[in-house]
Amino acid sequence: MDETVAEYIRRTVLKIPRDEIKTMLQKWSFLSEAQLQTLNFHQIKENISQQVVQLCEENSADIKQAAVLDIIYNHTYQNKRMWSVYQMKKSGEELEYFDITDFKKKFKGRLRSALKNVTITFKEYEDNAIWIRVAWGTPHKKPNQYKPSYVVYHSQTPYVFISASVLKSNLPLLCQALIVACNYHDIREMELRSHSLNSLKDIVFKRYSQNFQTYYSKPLQERNVEPESGDIRIVQENRSEKERIHRLNWEVFGCGPQPKLEFAQYKLETMFKSDPKMGVLDKKEPFRCLVKFSSPHLLESLKSLTPAGMADAPLSPLLTCIPHKARNYFKIREKKGLVPESFVSP
Amino acid sequence: HLATSLPLPSERHHLRPRINLIVFMIDIKSKYSLKNVEASLAHVDASFFLGKVCFLVTGVGRVNACSIETNAVCKLGEAYCSPVLFCELELEGIRVATAQRLVRMLQICTGHIPGVSALSFVSLMRNSDDD
Repeated sequence: MDETVAEYIRRTVLKIPRDEIKTMLQKWSFLSEAQLQTLNFHQIKENISQQVVQLCEENSADIKQAAVLDIIYNHTYQNKRMWSVYQMKKSGEELEYFDITDFKKKFKGRLRSALKNVTITFKEYEDNAIWIRVAWGTPHKKPNQYKPSYVVYHSQTPYVFISASVLKSNLPLLCQALIVACNYHDIREMELRSHSLNSLKDIVFKRYSQNFQTYYSKPLQERNVEPESGDIRIVQENRSEKERIHRLNWEVFGCGPQPKLEFAQYKLETMFKSDPKMGVLDKKEPFRCLVKFSSPHLLESLKSLTPAGMADAPLSPLLTCIPHKARNYFKIREKKGLVPESFVSP
Repeated sequence: HLATSLPLPSERHHLRPRINLIVFMIDIKSKYSLKNVEASLAHVDASFFLGKVCFLVTGVGRVNACSIETNAVCKLGEAYCSPVLFCELELEGIRVATAQRLVRMLQICTGHIPGVSALSFVSLMRNSDDD
C-alpha cells in the first residue's frame, strides 16, 4: 500500500472522535466485520489509527477507498464546512431522465480532459444526494488529498452545494464539469452561504415552514402571549401591543424552526447622509460600508428580537427576506424609493 | 403595573389606580432600552419627579455585554433628580435585595412611613460637594 495512502487514512481516522470510529468504519465497509472485531477501541486514538492502517494494508487499500472514508467523515460532520449554493439553468424544457452512470462518466470525463491529476470519488445517499469529492493536482503534481472540494447534488433539482477547497482557481473547472454532467447550460453562484448544509437545502427546496399571508382574526389562541398563571397583582399595560408584535412575528417567520444561518452581510454603496453644514464628506461618492450580522443561529435570533423588546416591530424587510430570497449576502445601492427595492443582485 | 413604554394605553385609564412610583428599567446591554426610557420620560408629569421616579439599571453583572455607559445613566438621573439603582436580576440575592429596596421606596412614596416623604429622596440626591 502506498505510503501516502497509509498516512492519509491514518490522519482521517485521527480526526474522528473515538466513540464514532467503529460506526464510521462500519459505514465504510472496507474492513470486514471480523477485522473490526480485532480492533481495540478503548486505546488512545494514535494506536487505533495505526491498527486501522495495518488492516488496510492487509486489504491493499488504495486512494479510492481512502477517499470514500473521507466522504463519509465529511458527510457525518458536514456542518464543519462552509457551503455555498449554486444554481444551474437549463436552456430548454426537456425533462431528461437522470442516469447516474452517465452523470459520473460525463463529470469525470470533463474534469480529466482538462486536468490529468485529479482524484474523483462519488457516493450516493438515500435522500437522492450525490456527494462528489475532488482532490486537485497540477499537470506536474499529484492531487493534494488534504484540500479536496466537496459537491452535493440532488438530481431532481437545479441546485448544487459546494464546499470548495482553498484553491479558488479550480472552481470554474468544477462548475463546467457540473453543467456538462447535469445537462444544464449555465451555472451561477447564489449569494447564500452557511455551515449548515441542511438549512441551505431547506431554504432552496422551500422545506422550512413559510408563512402565507392569511389573516387570522385571533392568532393561535393556544399560544398565550403572557402566562395567565402569573400573580394577579401584576397588570400588563401593553397586552394588545404584545399581541400585535407576536402576530407580526408569526406572519413573518411562521411557527416552525428557522433554517440555520450564521451570517447576513450587507455591503452598502450608498451616499453618506449628514447635515450639509457638517461637510463630513466633500466628495459626493458612495460611502463604502459593510454591515455583518453574525449569530450561532441568525434567523432564530432575529425572530426573538421583537418579542424580547430589543427592536421595533415590524422588522426591516432586509432582514426578514433572507429565507424567501434565498440569500444572506446583499449589495445595497442608492435608489430613490422604498428601501426593500434598493438592493440589487450583483 | 408593567408597561413597555409610555404613554400608557388610554383604554385602561379607568381601571388604573393612582400611581405612586415609576421605576424605569434600563437594560445595560441594550441601547434601545435607554432610548425607550428617554422617550418615555417626556410623557411623565413633572410632579412625579419629586421623588416618585427611580431608574433601575439591570444586567450589570455581565461586564462584557455593556452597551450603555453608566455615566450616561447617572447623568440621566441627575437631570431628572431621581435616584439610579444598579442591579443584576440573574443573581437571586441581588434581585431580592433590590426588590426590598424598591418596596421600601414605594412605602415612603405612598406615605406609609411616618416622618419621611418622597421629597426626602430629592434632598438625599444632592451631592455633598455642592454644599
